[in-house]
Amino acid sequence: MPPSDRRIWDHPILVFERGKKVRFFFEGVEVEAYEGESVAAALYAIGIDVFSYSAKLGRPRGPFCMIGKCSSCFMIVDGVPNTRTCVELVRDGMRVERQRGLAPIPSTTPPEGAEEEVLEADVLVIGGGPAGLSAALEAASYGLDVVLVDEHFRLGGQLVKQTHKFFGSKELFGGLRGFQIAEVMSEKLSKMSNVRVLLRSVAYGVFRGGWVGIASRNKLYRVRPRAVVVASGASEQYLAFPGNDLPGVMGAGGAQTLMNEFGVRPGEKALVVGSGNVGLIVSYQLLQAGVKVVAILEIMPSIGGWFVHAAKVRRYGVPIMTSHTISAAWGSERVEGATIVKVDERFNPIPGSERDVECDLILISVGLAPDARLLAQARAVMRWVPELGGPVPLRTIDLETSVPNMYVAGDASGIEEATSAMIEGRIAALSIVSKLAEGRRGVEAAEKAKKLVDFLWNEYRTSPLLSRARRGKEKATVSHEEMEKLRREFPPAASFG
Amino acid sequence: MEIPSFRRTGVISVEELRSLGLLPPEERLRKGPVAILECPEQIPCNICVDACPSGAIRMDKITDIPRVDWDKCVGCGTCVAMCPGLAAFVVDLSKPNRAYVTVPHEFLPVPREGEEVWLLSRDGRRVGRGRVVKVWERNRTWVVTVEVPRELAMEVRAVWVER
Repeated sequence: MPPSDRRIWDHPILVFERGKKVRFFFEGVEVEAYEGESVAAALYAIGIDVFSYSAKLGRPRGPFCMIGKCSSCFMIVDGVPNTRTCVELVRDGMRVERQRGLAPIPSTTPPEGAEEEVLEADVLVIGGGPAGLSAALEAASYGLDVVLVDEHFRLGGQLVKQTHKFFGSKELFGGLRGFQIAEVMSEKLSKMSNVRVLLRSVAYGVFRGGWVGIASRNKLYRVRPRAVVVASGASEQYLAFPGNDLPGVMGAGGAQTLMNEFGVRPGEKALVVGSGNVGLIVSYQLLQAGVKVVAILEIMPSIGGWFVHAAKVRRYGVPIMTSHTISAAWGSERVEGATIVKVDERFNPIPGSERDVECDLILISVGLAPDARLLAQARAVMRWVPELGGPVPLRTIDLETSVPNMYVAGDASGIEEATSAMIEGRIAALSIVSKLAEGRRGVEAAEKAKKLVDFLWNEYRTSPLLSRARRGKEKATVSHEEMEKLRREFPPAASFG
Repeated sequence: MEIPSFRRTGVISVEELRSLGLLPPEERLRKGPVAILECPEQIPCNICVDACPSGAIRMDKITDIPRVDWDKCVGCGTCVAMCPGLAAFVVDLSKPNRAYVTVPHEFLPVPREGEEVWLLSRDGRRVGRGRVVKVWERNRTWVVTVEVPRELAMEVRAVWVER
């Protein structure tokens, strides 16, 4: 057992209040963690890099996304294989083992008394990030009964790991740090008696008649809401290069979860691939956590993210190498270095320009892909929009998809950023309220939605910095007439309301 | 359209700032502390406009570049603390033979008043040492005023503490 402790105790922005000590077994050896830590964070904190060995070639694998989207952190927990250790809380006495190849089928019988419950709700919100929280708050403030579902064990989505202050305006939480926005919204929500929050729960499918299945721990829920907002976020994209599966190659967001949500230093010397806002912001946060950033690589001839974010890391001496990319990662059970290479104007590597750099962490920040699978399963009409990061549902301007009363908001509707996600969440909820609420309140909601739509499209998104996302969202937005036509042509599998 | 050099390097030059109208005139700099907002892109953000106690920052739309009214600005440094992009600075050239630069700081250790710290340029070079004259904090952004050689007033944009 490595004696190291990668936990961060002093941080300029964050205070890590660690709960009481928890003891569990890793490969039969007793180890210590703190209450409130995920198994993955706790193991990483004590120096465990290898979480499993791959099924075919037995290659070592470590965590990648840290938010329950990839399968890199699968381990056997209390005899159950393929457990996502990044969203599994540590418990006293639990037994965690590395998976070596395919795991045997669990021999334990399912827990006695697994329950089922039918929920009543006006609005089901799937995802508790910026878009979902905003939608739930807005709908609940008009008196609608809301069920909010999230896979993680706390609300806030990716806001909880954002330590930088948000842009925008005072009214849009601008000036607050991301995790503070999550705190404000969660706090507000907890005071609303008409909102039920289901954490560690997954909305796994839409069924005939407008039923949605939700799987929680030892419990299955069924709900037939009058409307649904899908705010299921996004996942980080991979990059293909030799050695990209080595422990220590991680999503930039994964490293952010480790260091900012759990206070665990992801490495000592980092190489960051991709200079979009995520890569730039995470690099700055690495410096704040005491990690050296060797370089940020950018395959394009200019920096991807916003100038002010780039300036922040440049001032502390981090080089941003444009027209450069990674060609290989090396190491045995953990990254020990990388080969980087210059590219020509067609992005082909220039022979002879290879250079080796020493690092123990390689962070991939080459974009996000919307997670709109539930909408696709419900047979919402989808379109591949490169500007938005992948397939997204077509929607009207008020964010209703071709599945009647099934809405989309935030990154699931196409990659943009958190402030527009919050605005979208509110638009979707207000549009629902305008249909469901009686009389004056419904009219009021419709007017408010109209104002927000106007602000989002005619002010906020007119920034040239958002032009790519705007172009994408234009491609994904259709008129109400077109939507009716689409519904006739491609009938949805279900409908709500 | 040609990509401006700061988009390729992450470093903006004094000439670029001047040509964008983001630098106060010489005579204003000599009068006393004044804010410089190194914010050349149209970020949808107006936090500084709301934060400025003197009402010295102007923006018609949320996507405008912030403009400082150099006569209204008193160089208090509130924008340095509040700017989400950490792109606001204060420069004071009113004293002979030296200058004062106020920068945002979000690293440990936090500089102490009277302490000598490293002076960093926009591209991260250690261009000298300077004495910290004032430190205050708002929501974990420390606002640090440091004395610098006059010729470095337009170069120093960060400090680093080594203890």
